[in-house]
Amino acid sequence: MKTRRIGLLVGAALAVGFAQQVLAQAKEQFIGLPSYRVGAYAAGGSGIYGGWIDYMTLVNERDGGINGVKLTWEECETEYNNARGVECYERLKSKGPTGNTVFQPLSTGITYSVIDKAPGDKIPVVTIGYGRTDASDGRVFPWVFPMLTNYWSQNTAKIKFIGMKEGGMDKLKGKKIMNIYHDSAYGKETIPVLDAQAKKYGFTVVHVAVAHPGNEQQSQWLKVRQEKPDWVILRGWGVMNPTALKNAAKIGFPREKIVSVWWSGAEEDAVPAGDAAKGYIAAGFNVGGVNYPVIKAIQDNVYKKNKGNMEDKSRVGSIYYNRGVVHGIITVEAIRNAQEKYGKGKPITGEQMRWSLEHLKIDAKRLKELGAEGFMPDLNVTCLDHEGSGKVKFQQWDGKQWKVISDWVDSDQSIVRPMIEESAAKYAKEKNITPRDCSKES
Amino acid sequence: MQFFIEVLVAGLLSGVLYSLVALGFVLIYKASGVFNFAQGAMVFFAALFFVGFTEVLPRWTGLPVGSSAVFWLAMPLAFFCMVLLAMATERFVLRSLVNQPPITLFMATIGLTYLVEGIAQGVWGANVRGLDLGIEDMPIQWVMDSVGIGVSQFDVFAAGLAAVLVTVLALAFQYTKTGRALRAVADDHQAALSIGIPLQTIWVIVWSVAGFVALVAGLIWGARNGVQFALTFTALKALPVLILGGFTSIPGAILGGLIIGSSEKLAEVYLGEYVGGGIDSWFPYVLALFVLLVRPHGLFGEKHIDRV
Amino acid sequence: MFYREAGQFKTSYAADQQVFPIRQDRIAIVLLLAVAFFVVPVFASEYWMKGIIIPFLIFALAALGLNILTGYAGQLSLGSAAFMAVGAYAAFNFMLRIDGMPLIVAFALGGLSAALVGIAFGLPSLRIKGFYLAVATLAAQFFVVWLLTKVGWFSDNSSSGVITTQAMQIFGYKFETAASKYLLVLSIVVSMAMLAKNMVRGSIGRAWMAVRDMDVAAEVIGIRIMHTKLIAFAVSSFYCGVAGALYAFAYIGTVEPEGFNLDLSFKILFMIIIGGVGSIMGSFLGAAFIVLLPILLDVLVQEFLTSIFPASINSNLQLIVFGGLIIFFLIVEPHGLARLWQIAKEKLRLWPFPH
Repeated sequence: MKTRRIGLLVGAALAVGFAQQVLAQAKEQFIGLPSYRVGAYAAGGSGIYGGWIDYMTLVNERDGGINGVKLTWEECETEYNNARGVECYERLKSKGPTGNTVFQPLSTGITYSVIDKAPGDKIPVVTIGYGRTDASDGRVFPWVFPMLTNYWSQNTAKIKFIGMKEGGMDKLKGKKIMNIYHDSAYGKETIPVLDAQAKKYGFTVVHVAVAHPGNEQQSQWLKVRQEKPDWVILRGWGVMNPTALKNAAKIGFPREKIVSVWWSGAEEDAVPAGDAAKGYIAAGFNVGGVNYPVIKAIQDNVYKKNKGNMEDKSRVGSIYYNRGVVHGIITVEAIRNAQEKYGKGKPITGEQMRWSLEHLKIDAKRLKELGAEGFMPDLNVTCLDHEGSGKVKFQQWDGKQWKVISDWVDSDQSIVRPMIEESAAKYAKEKNITPRDCSKES
Repeated sequence: MQFFIEVLVAGLLSGVLYSLVALGFVLIYKASGVFNFAQGAMVFFAALFFVGFTEVLPRWTGLPVGSSAVFWLAMPLAFFCMVLLAMATERFVLRSLVNQPPITLFMATIGLTYLVEGIAQGVWGANVRGLDLGIEDMPIQWVMDSVGIGVSQFDVFAAGLAAVLVTVLALAFQYTKTGRALRAVADDHQAALSIGIPLQTIWVIVWSVAGFVALVAGLIWGARNGVQFALTFTALKALPVLILGGFTSIPGAILGGLIIGSSEKLAEVYLGEYVGGGIDSWFPYVLALFVLLVRPHGLFGEKHIDRV
Repeated sequence: MFYREAGQFKTSYAADQQVFPIRQDRIAIVLLLAVAFFVVPVFASEYWMKGIIIPFLIFALAALGLNILTGYAGQLSLGSAAFMAVGAYAAFNFMLRIDGMPLIVAFALGGLSAALVGIAFGLPSLRIKGFYLAVATLAAQFFVVWLLTKVGWFSDNSSSGVITTQAMQIFGYKFETAASKYLLVLSIVVSMAMLAKNMVRGSIGRAWMAVRDMDVAAEVIGIRIMHTKLIAFAVSSFYCGVAGALYAFAYIGTVEPEGFNLDLSFKILFMIIIGGVGSIMGSFLGAAFIVLLPILLDVLVQEFLTSIFPASINSNLQLIVFGGLIIFFLIVEPHGLARLWQIAKEKLRLWPFPH
C-alpha cells in the first residue's frame, strides 16, 4: 500500500516534469543553476546565487527579457560535492528549448569534473574567478572560460599591490612574504606563481599549509610570529579565514599587512572575527555596497515587487551578493551578444553562447549603461585569452564594511601567461588535443 | 626554549577546548551506550540557536541589542531548545531502538546529524555570525611582559570554564543518585529497567546535559571561529581525544585533550616543516592509533572482557 | 503462488549448494542481468546512465568492499574513501608511467595497491576492536589524503594535486559513449559481485563470519585470526580500490584527493548499514538508497516546492528528510533493506497464504 502511494507520487512528479517541458514556451532562455545552499559554504552559495537570480529577475521584469526572450532557470543542489555536481550537470543539460545555455558551478572541484564533458555536450563552462587557471588559454580549452581573473593573475596583482604599498616594486627586494594557504588543490595553486615572482623581485616567500577545515591555526601563526614576515598572503576558504584573523590578532601581527584572495574577502570572513578583522585587506573582482545603479535597480524593480531571492534583505549589496550580480551581468551580456550575431529575439544554443563568450566585450561605456561602473572591471575576451581582464580592486575591512582602497590593479601577464601556456600545452599533449589556431577563426 | 613553551601552552589550552566537545560524547556514551555522532551538529545547533536568540530577542522584548540582558536571556532559551532536542531524540529515536546493536544506534545518530544540521540552518539561515563573549582573544599582558610568552586570556578563560564543568560533572556522576542511575543505565539498559530506573527520564537527562555541554562548547568555539557550519567539524577534533582518553572516562577526556592538543601543535611546528606542513589533519589520529596499539581501550577506557 | 518450490528437487550436492537454489530466483537474476546488459544501454537516457546508474554501480562496488570488511569480518572501518583514492591514483600512475598498459590491468593494479595500503592500515585491527578501530581507520583516511596532496609525484606534479585520467580503451576500442562506459562498469561490477558472493560462501567467508561473531572462539577452534583479518582488509581495499579507479576513469574524469574525503567514507558506511551489513544484495540496495534518494528529493523539491518555499529552506528540507528517512529505516528494520527484502521473499513463498 505504502509502496503504491510512493510509486504514484514519483510517477506524478515525473509526469508533471515532462508536461512542463512540453509546455515550455519557445521564447525562453534556460540557465541551469548548480547551486549550494547547505553545508559549510552555504553562506557564499546563497549570496552568489541570490544575486545572480535577482539580476536575471531584474532583466525579466524591467527589460522584458533580452530582446523579448525571457530568462528561465532551475536550481540543482550540489552541496558543493563533485559527484552531485556531475549529476546536476547531466540533469540540467537538456532542459529548456535550447538546452542549458551555460554551466557555472562556482566550485573548482565540479569544474574539473565537467571540463571533459562540456565540449561533447556543447555547453560552455564559465568559471568567474576560480576554476582551471590554464583554461585561460582558449586554444586548448575552447569551451572553458575562467573569466575576469584567474588565481595566478590575481596573485601577481596582489604582489603589485604590496609593491605599491612598499613604495615601488624594487623595494620588494629582501622582504619576507608568508603564504598561508588552505591545504587543498585550491590552496596549492598559487605556490608556483609566488615562487616565480619571488625569484623575479627578490623577496623570500615562506609557504605554510593549514589543514582543512582550518578551524585550528595556532601552530601556523606561532610560526608567523617566529618568522616575522613583512606581509602575509592569506589563501583561505570558509572557517579558515576568521580563524586566521583572530590568530593574527593574538600574536599581534598587523592586519593591514594581510592581503587575501577574493574567496577570503567577504563579510562572512570578517564578521566572525570581530575586532580582529579591522584593517584586513582583500582582493576582489567585484566590490561591496549598495550605492551602484545596478543594485538600486534591483531594489526598485525586484524587491519592491517582492520577487527578490534573498530572504535576508540586508545581504543585498554584500560581497557575495554582488559577485552573483556580476555573474548575472556576464551571463546576460553574453546572451545579448549572441543574439546580435545569431538573431535577436530567439533563444540561442550552447554553441552560439560559446562563440559569444569568446567575443564578449564589456567596456567602460557599457558598464556605465549597466549601472556597474566601478562595480566590476571591464572585460575583453578573445580566443587566445579566455580570462579577459585580470584586474582586481583591493578593499579593506573597517569593522562594518569593505571600503575600496585602490583602483583596478592589473595582473602581470609576463609571468602568468607563459606558465598558463606551458600548463595548457601539457594538458593538450596528454589528451591528444590539437590547439586551435586563433588567427584562422572569426 | 621560549617559543617551545609558547607552543606547548597554546597546545594545552586548545586541547582543553577539544575535550569540551569530547565531554559531550563521553557523557552520552557513558550513560546510554550510544556513540553520538551528532555531537558536532549539536554544538553547531546550540551555538546557532543562542546567536539567533540574541538577534531576535531585542525585537521581541525591546531590550537593547548586544546588551548583557539579552545575552543572559538567550542562554536559558538556547538550553531549553537543547532540552527539547533531547526529548525529541529520546522519544523518536532512542525509544524505538532500545537494545539494538551499537552500530545501529551509531547510524541513527548519523541520521540525526543531518536532521539537526538541516533544522538549524533552515530555521536561522546560512549567514555566518560572530559571537562576542566579552573576553578578548589577546595575550595576557603581564605574562607577556614577565616571561615573553603569549598566552591568550580567552583560552585561559575557556580552559577554566572547561575545568569547572568537568569537575562538576565528574562529581555528579560519582556522588549523586542521578549519577549512579546514569552509570547503571550505561551498564545494561534492561537490568536498569528491571530495578526501576526510569530509563526514558534518564536518557532525557543525559542528552540534556550533553546538550548543555554542547552549548558551552558552541559558545567557546563560536567565539573563536564564528558561528557557522564549520562548527560541526569540531567533532572530528574530539575523536582522537576520545580514543586516547577512552570513551567512558571524563578525566580521560581532559587528559586526552591535553595530550592531543599539545602534541598536535608541537608536531605541526617542529615536524611539519620537514614534510610540507598540514600534518595536524592526521597527526592526532596516528598518535591515538599508536596509543591504542599499546592500550587497546585508550588510557582510561573500560576494559571489555570477552567471554567465550 | 508464484514462488513455490514444489517440484524443484535437487539430485546432487552441487545443485543443493548453488547460489540461487530456487528456480524463480535464477530466472529473476537472469532477467535482471539481461535487462541491465541489453535493455538499459539502449533505452536509458544519457542523464540516467551518466548521472545515476554509473555512480550507483561504482558506489555499490565500494559498498561491497566495505561490507566484506565490516559486515562479514566485523572490522568497522571509516577509511574506505582513502582506499578508493589509492586505487584511483595508482591506476592513473600505472597508465601514465608504463606505456601500453592495458586498462583492466591498470584497474587491477590499482586495486592491488589499495590492498597493500589496506593491509598496512589493517594491522592495528589485530589489537584494537570496535569503535576504537573505526577511529583508528580514520588515521588512514586523513593520512592518505594528506599524502596524495603533498607528494607531487602521485599527481604527476600538477600544481594543484588534481589528476585527469586518461581516456579508456581496450584493444583499440574507445569507451567514449555513455552506453559503453556503463557496460564496462557493469561488467566489472557484476563479475566482482559474483566473486564476492562466492568468497563469502566459501571457507574464507565462514572464517570472516566466525571472527565477526566472536574472535576469541574462532581462534580457539583454529582459525588464524591475523590471516583472516588481514585478508579481509586486503580484499575489501581491493574492491574499494577498483571502485575508486572506476570512479576516476569512468565517472568523474578528473579527481583531487579532497574528493575522497571523510564525507565519502561515511556515505559508503551509510550504504552498508541502510542496505544491510553482511549481505551482498544489501550493498546494492544501500547504494541505490544513498545515491538515488538525495537526487529524488532534489528533483521533487525543485519541481514542486520552489514556488512555495525560498530556496534555502528547500535545500535544508532535503537534509532533514534524508536524515529522517535514515532514522525511519533503522527503526523499521535495523538489519537494513536486505532484511526487508528477505522478509518480502519469505512472505512471497507463502503468498497468497498468510502463514
